Amino acid sequence: MSFPILSYMIFIPFLGIIAVLVLRKEQVQAIRWASALFSFIPLVLSFFLLAHYDSSTSTMQFVEKHTWIPSLGVTYFLGADGLSVPMLFLTALLSFLSVIASFNINFRVKEYFAFFLLLEVGMMGVFAALDFFLFYIFWEVMLVPMYFLIGIWGGPRKEYAAIKFFLYTLFGSVFMLIGILALYFTSQPHTLNMMELISQAPLLAKGFQLIVFVAFFLAFAIKVPIFPFHTWLPDAHVEAPTAVSVILAGILLKMGTYGLLRVSLPMFPKAALYYALPLALLALINIVYGALVCMAQKDLKKMVAYSSVSHMGYCILGISALTVTGVSGCVFQMFSHGLITGALFLLVGVLYDRAHTRDIDAFGGLWAKIPVYTGVMTLFCMGSLGLPGLSGFISEFMVFIGSFPVFKVIVALAVLGVVITAAYFLRMIQKMFLGTFNTKWEALTEISGRELFTVIPLAILMIGVGVYPSPLADMIRATLENIVHLVTG
Amino acid sequence: MYFISIFPEIFLFLWTILIFVVDFFLKEDKRKNLGYLSLLGILITIILLFFSAQGEMFGKAYSYDSLSLFFKLVFLLSAFLAISVSIDFVAKFRAFKGEFFGLILFSTVGMMLLSSARELIFLYVSLELVTIPLYVLAAYLKPDKKSAEAGLKYMLLGAISSAILLYGISLIYGITGTTFLLGIKTRLMVDYLQIGPIGPGLFLSFIFFIAGFGFKLALVPFHMWAPDVYEGAPTPITAFLSVGSKAAGLVAFLRVFFESFSVYNPDWVTIVAVLAALSMIIGNIIALPQTNIKRMLAYSSIAQMGYILVGLVAISERGVSSVAFYTLAYLFANLGAFVVAIAFELQTGSSEIKDYSGLSRTSPTLSFLMMIFLLSLVGIPPLAGFVGKYFLFASAIEKNLIWLVVIAILTSVISLYYYVGVIREMYFHKKEGGEKIFLPFGIKLALIICIIGVLLVGLFPNPFLDLASQAALVFKY
Repeated sequence: MSFPILSYMIFIPFLGIIAVLVLRKEQVQAIRWASALFSFIPLVLSFFLLAHYDSSTSTMQFVEKHTWIPSLGVTYFLGADGLSVPMLFLTALLSFLSVIASFNINFRVKEYFAFFLLLEVGMMGVFAALDFFLFYIFWEVMLVPMYFLIGIWGGPRKEYAAIKFFLYTLFGSVFMLIGILALYFTSQPHTLNMMELISQAPLLAKGFQLIVFVAFFLAFAIKVPIFPFHTWLPDAHVEAPTAVSVILAGILLKMGTYGLLRVSLPMFPKAALYYALPLALLALINIVYGALVCMAQKDLKKMVAYSSVSHMGYCILGISALTVTGVSGCVFQMFSHGLITGALFLLVGVLYDRAHTRDIDAFGGLWAKIPVYTGVMTLFCMGSLGLPGLSGFISEFMVFIGSFPVFKVIVALAVLGVVITAAYFLRMIQKMFLGTFNTKWEALTEISGRELFTVIPLAILMIGVGVYPSPLADMIRATLENIVHLVTG
Repeated sequence: MYFISIFPEIFLFLWTILIFVVDFFLKEDKRKNLGYLSLLGILITIILLFFSAQGEMFGKAYSYDSLSLFFKLVFLLSAFLAISVSIDFVAKFRAFKGEFFGLILFSTVGMMLLSSARELIFLYVSLELVTIPLYVLAAYLKPDKKSAEAGLKYMLLGAISSAILLYGISLIYGITGTTFLLGIKTRLMVDYLQIGPIGPGLFLSFIFFIAGFGFKLALVPFHMWAPDVYEGAPTPITAFLSVGSKAAGLVAFLRVFFESFSVYNPDWVTIVAVLAALSMIIGNIIALPQTNIKRMLAYSSIAQMGYILVGLVAISERGVSSVAFYTLAYLFANLGAFVVAIAFELQTGSSEIKDYSGLSRTSPTLSFLMMIFLLSLVGIPPLAGFVGKYFLFASAIEKNLIWLVVIAILTSVISLYYYVGVIREMYFHKKEGGEKIFLPFGIKLALIICIIGVLLVGLFPNPFLDLASQAALVFKY
């Protein structure tokens, strides 16, 4: 494959940054459309990626490899497999839609889009990098634009939320750096090539694996976030502007689970088996605790934020089971949660822009006033609570099926989470959209065409995956079978 | 055709004399041109470095090798940047004399000699040539009380540290009967084989050497002078102190300990490791509450020296090359941050961090550069500081110094908070009536060099890594 498609996907948004910076501050409309264009091209390329991906094999495809820093053993090494292709597509899609959703930003527009495109560069890079040094660079590069996006365009407590996010994630990732160095010096010959490290993994001593696993786990657990490392999430999600919340929930959280699947399982197989039960317990806490906290929320955005904690718990449960079905459920959940929660944050933003409040109790009977909005919102809530026929059901079902043979009691308790999730979403729908119309919202306007445009692709995919999941299942199968095989042998 | 090894130093020395002489014949308003003349001299010296033969002189007292080449480039680069930003800064002085530039150059000559010194008396005299001009420069803002205090404090503590170093030298001379580094090494090796473990006299002299160099490097607990001196001195001098003079202390440290004392590595390395840990912890924690950018950078540079020592403690080829490499990465980022602070101070007269608020609105480019420099100091990829820290930590992990690396990375996370504090002021806060910061030519030039350095060393580090790994070949491990 001579066409370096992955490099284009990573660096076309970077060209977009240059384009945005060249434009004058006053050319707001041009800046917006330039950003839309430069985030649309990677989306087109990602369709190409989906079309040309050969799902019959678990080997890396679209590989690019160049020497970069020979004396440190660093190469520029990109590639994609059944795990990264769906994530690259999701990143391209959500980035493009978020740029469109950000057209209502009127304040420091130029900086906003420059930072946003830099964020896309980092996200694409994480999912495509196969050299640890490169992986770490992209992993960290994202933190800076995220800090600014939350800190400048965020809500009332934006500065606190921004620095908290930055410190938390940096704290996690520096431990990953130690882990990377430890792996580098243990491998023979020394290498940062992730594929090479995976093939050497069986040679690693168990004690070594148990320690280094924890170093990586800290980085990934903070990103997911796994209880008790989740406290940055409600602050960051709630204070961030709408589009940034979408990216946070839709992509950034997935990097944690992606890291677990790409690094933790195949590189530390013995540790993965050893820590499976503690991981499952943490997943259970995430699912049930996250859902219970949602019940108590009055702020709509906060509720959606905590629902992420709960939903990411299913991913972790699927991983901890170490079965093909469980891990596939995890990837389905990563994809599906990206679609659904992305859309939910967009819709919360739509309402907040008009009503300037997110208090669930402040609304009532909105169905009568804004039926289209209500319909779309309800659809995504159903997706989130796992209504059969929508993607959330498939993923949760697969997680439960896959992990039940391994952790019977934990799965039985985790099903509680589904019930609580249904309860808080239905309670929210009832309070906001049903009942008597609160006349205070007489002037509320219906969702606009542009806003609808940002959520419809997500709705189509959510229904598509829910009704006909086999294309996605086929795409990820070979890769995940290989990962599970590497661990359980 | 190659010149003799010491030719670059001789040339720069003569050029400095020339500057003093020309100074007499220039009118007050033309004296700024002496700055450009000094820059020209530095450029010629850099070229001469590559046309001078590498080798030993004066019976192995002076050695021009790949290590000294690397550090000579570092010194010349930091002198170049310091003079370049001073050209417009000197207008602040009541009675400006051309000697300001001349003194910086004299100190640079001292640093260059020091990096080649392989004999203790030679080393000591070079070190004095480095610091004595700096005492004068620190007090250059004479009517300003803080500057006078800085000069006096620096001189007193500098004199004490020199005396301690000299004590160490005399002990070593007493024990080994020589002042040549190579001779000391041979003698200590023989002693080690015949007598065995380290004696109290030798141990004491190690401690004196560490304390003496520790003062120059401003390591905790020898750092007390640094913040006051950094705050009081004219800012370009502070910048020069924080990079050039520290790199000079570092190279002297490397020469003495890695060449002469290598037999007793385990005896001194633990002390240095503890000082490194203390410097990282205390430097970073005290930097947190600072409100003045010069003081903040002073404490941060104490911590940065701690990081550099992490590579030194590894005592390996990889370790020494990571020390050299990080020095270069630190040079660009730290001087870059100081250049921005100087530009800001020139116009507003303030170096308080809170006065930076809203700077991104009035001077977007300057704020952006400041952000890059600060993020590089934190070690955020893909900037120079990241590659440097990665390399340092790699060399320490290779030697299983996990505890030191854990301290280093945790304190790096702490450092994020105060570095980003400046970014927060610039980008998140608003200020009424701020105006665009004017950038004179010298400052523009320095900023361009620093930003290119930070990006180049971060993204395409190969040539610099090669230079650094050659520098590390000087020692045997």
